[in-house]
Amino acid sequence: MISKSILIKNARIIDPSQGIDEKMDILIEDGLIKSSGANLKAPAAVIIQADGLVACPGFIDLHCHLREPGFEEKETIASGAAAAIRGGYTTVCCMPNTNPPLDNAATVDFVRKTAASQAPLITVLPVGCITKGRAGKELTDMSELADAGCAGFSDDGSPVSNSQLMLLAMRCAAGLEIPIIDHCEDLDLSRGGHLHDGWVAARLGIKGIPAAAEETMVARDIALAEMTGAILHLTHISTRGSVDIIRSARARGLKISADVTPHHLTLTEERIIASPAEPDVPLIYDTNAKVNPPLRTAADIEALIQGINDKTITSVSTDHAPHASEDKLCEFELAAFGISGFETAFAALMTLVHSGKIKLNTLIALLTCGPASVLQHEYGITGTLKAGSRADVALLDISREWTLDEANMLSQGKNTPFKGQQFKGMVAGTIHAGEIAYIDKSVRISK
Amino acid sequence: MEKIMSLNEPKLSTAGQESLPPLSIGLWRHRNVLDLDDFSPEEITLVFEIANGMVEVLAREVKKVPTLRGKTIATLFYEPSTRTRASFELAAKYLGADTVSLDAARSSVAKGESLIDSLRTLQALEVDTIVIRHPCSGAPYIAVRHLQTSIINAGDGCHAHPSQGLLDLYTIKRQLGDLKGRKVVIIGDIMHSRVARSNIWGMRSTGLHVVLCAPTTLIPQGMPEMLDKCGLDHVTIEHNLDRALEGSDVIMPLRLQKERQQSGFISSIREYIRLYQVNSERLKKARADAIVMHPGPMNEGVEISHDVAYSSSSLIEQQVTNGVAIRMALLYLVAGVKNQ
Repeated sequence: MISKSILIKNARIIDPSQGIDEKMDILIEDGLIKSSGANLKAPAAVIIQADGLVACPGFIDLHCHLREPGFEEKETIASGAAAAIRGGYTTVCCMPNTNPPLDNAATVDFVRKTAASQAPLITVLPVGCITKGRAGKELTDMSELADAGCAGFSDDGSPVSNSQLMLLAMRCAAGLEIPIIDHCEDLDLSRGGHLHDGWVAARLGIKGIPAAAEETMVARDIALAEMTGAILHLTHISTRGSVDIIRSARARGLKISADVTPHHLTLTEERIIASPAEPDVPLIYDTNAKVNPPLRTAADIEALIQGINDKTITSVSTDHAPHASEDKLCEFELAAFGISGFETAFAALMTLVHSGKIKLNTLIALLTCGPASVLQHEYGITGTLKAGSRADVALLDISREWTLDEANMLSQGKNTPFKGQQFKGMVAGTIHAGEIAYIDKSVRISK
Repeated sequence: MEKIMSLNEPKLSTAGQESLPPLSIGLWRHRNVLDLDDFSPEEITLVFEIANGMVEVLAREVKKVPTLRGKTIATLFYEPSTRTRASFELAAKYLGADTVSLDAARSSVAKGESLIDSLRTLQALEVDTIVIRHPCSGAPYIAVRHLQTSIINAGDGCHAHPSQGLLDLYTIKRQLGDLKGRKVVIIGDIMHSRVARSNIWGMRSTGLHVVLCAPTTLIPQGMPEMLDKCGLDHVTIEHNLDRALEGSDVIMPLRLQKERQQSGFISSIREYIRLYQVNSERLKKARADAIVMHPGPMNEGVEISHDVAYSSSSLIEQQVTNGVAIRMALLYLVAGVKNQ
C-alpha cells in the first residue's frame, strides 16, 4: 500500500530517543516523519486509528541471518524480510555467514540488490566479514566492504581467534568508524559443546559450552578496543560474567555496546529437557532450544536484566537463525544451532514487561534507539520519530493475546522453542519509509 | 502416556513356561526402556524377579523357551559393540524371538538417511522391539517421539545404559543381599560414562551410597548441581581413590579410553595408573569382602590390574551372565506383554 501521507491517530507514542511517552498523532509525508502532536489534521492522508496501540520507531536488528546466498533452503532475503516486517522490524543487519560469505564487494552488492528488489519494505544492512572466508587468517578489504555498504564487520559464528589479527581488524574498523559486531567465543573452550556447561549438560551426558568461553573473548575484545578506539559491539551476550566485564568497560567511557537476544532473556538451559508445550515428555532433548551461545541459567538471566536496567546492555538483537526442518529433526548433538526469532522477539520480550522485570519504554529503547546508536555513524536517521527522520514506525498491541502456531510463521525456519507458547503483546503494524509494510487486520484504516 | 498393564493380560506362550515367574506385571508401565530415572523401586524389583527366572533358564541344558516366539527384535547399532549386542541378541534368541541386526556405522548417517527414517523403516518392517545403541546422547529419546514400536536403549552417547545399570545392581543385590548402608565406588571417566549415569539412577532408593571417584578433569562441571537438582543425595564425589575406597563394599572401575589422554583429560596413562588403578594394594582399603565389578571391556593394567580382575572378589564374569538374564527380562516385559 503506497501512500504519500499517513496519519496515525490517537496512538500512545513511545519514542525513547526523545523521551516521549504520550497519547498523540503522527503525520507521515513523503516517507518522512512530518510532525507529531495532538489533533493533527491531514485531509489527504490515510488515517490509521491507533486507539489502544503503541506507536514507536520501527525496530532495528543488529544481528540476523537471512541465509541468502547459499542456504536458500533455510531462508531467503524475501522470506526473512517478510518475517522481520511481521516482527515490527524496519532495519535488519544480516550476518555474513552465507555461501559465498560477504567478504567482498560483489557478494555485498548481491545482497543489497536482492534486498532492494525482493524486500523493498525493509532496510537490509549487510555486515561484512572481518576475514576472508571467515577463516580467521587474512583480513578482508574492509574499506571496500564499507564502500559497498556494510554497516559493520563480523565473522559471527567463527570469531577471530588470533588476537593479533583482531587487533589489526579493530584498527581498520576504527579508521572507518564502522562497528565491529563480535560473537564472543573461545573456540578451544567451546569445541564439541552443544549446550551450557551446567547441570543439564551433566544430566544428559553432553559436552557443555562454559560461560568462560564467552567471557574470555569479551575481555579480550574490550582490551583490544581500548587500545584501538574501535567501535565495538558485543552481540548476543549470555552470561553474568560478560555483563560485569562490559559494565566496567563502559564505566571507563569506552565506545563499547552490547546486545542480548529475546531467548537468552527468557529461557534457561532447562528448556532443552522440558517443554511447556509437551509437558508429558520427560526428557525432550529439544533441538529447537539448541542455540549458540547456549541458553544459560536463571542467575544469568537475572544479570542480563540487571544489565539492561542499568544501561550496560542497550540493544536487543534477534540472532534470527532459520533452519530447514531436517537440520533440527535429528540427534541433539548433530542438530544445527539457532532459533528463528523475528516473529517472536517482541512478544517474548513482553513477558518481561508483564512480569515487571523491565519497563515498556526500556524495551522499546532496546529495539530502537539502542541499536540505532551502534549504527549512528552511517545510519543516524533510524530509531527515532523526530521530525525529518525516515518514517519507520512499529504499531504495537501490548495486551493482545495470541498463541504461536508455526504454520502461520512467515520465516521458512520454523525452528523456535516458543512453539505453542501463549503470548500477550503483538506487533500490529509496520511502516517503513512511509509505506505500510504490514498491518494486522484488527487495525482500522480509513481514507 | 504409557499404558498400565493389567493383571489379566493375555497369557504368554505357555510351553516351557513353568519356569517363568508369576506375572505381577501390573506394575510395569514402560513401552520403552530409555533410562532408569523413571523406574520405581517396585519396577526394578519386578525386573529382578523375572531375571531370577531367566537365570534358571540359562542354567538349563536346553536354554530356549518359546516365550517370545513369533516376535522380532531388531538391534540397530550406530556404534561398535561386542558384548552388549551379543547379550541382547542371545537374550532374544533364548526367548524364542527372531532377531535382525543392522549395522549402521555413523558414516552412513552422514551419507544421508536420518535416524528417524531408519527407525521408521524398521517399524514399517513390523519389527516388535528395536534395541538401539547410538553415539549421540538422547538419540532414543528423539526416536520414541516419532515411533510406535518399542525402543530399548542399549547405550546413548554419554547419557544412559539402562540394561547395564540394571545388571550391575542385580549382580550387587544377589551378592550382598541387604543393600542398606553399603558403599559403591565408581571410578574413572565419569564425564563420558553412560554406565555411571544409569547406575546412579538405578541405585537411588536402594540404600546404597555411591561415591564417584575421578580426576577433577573427568567430572562434568555441572555434576554437583545435577545431583542436587535431581535429588540424588545418595551420591557423593571424591577425587582421592584411597579415601573413596575406605570401607567400600563394591568397587567398579570404568574403562579409560586412551583418547582421553590425547584430549588432555589425563596427563598420561602412567599418571592415571598411579592415581586411579584398582589393584590389590589399593583393595586393602576396602572391606575385606568387597566385590569388584567392571562394565567391560577392560583395559587390564590400566584401570584395573590383572590380578584383581581375576581374583575371587571379581564378579566380572557373573555380570556378563546376569546381563543376559536382565536383557531377557526386559525383552519379556517390553516385547512379550501386549499393550492394551
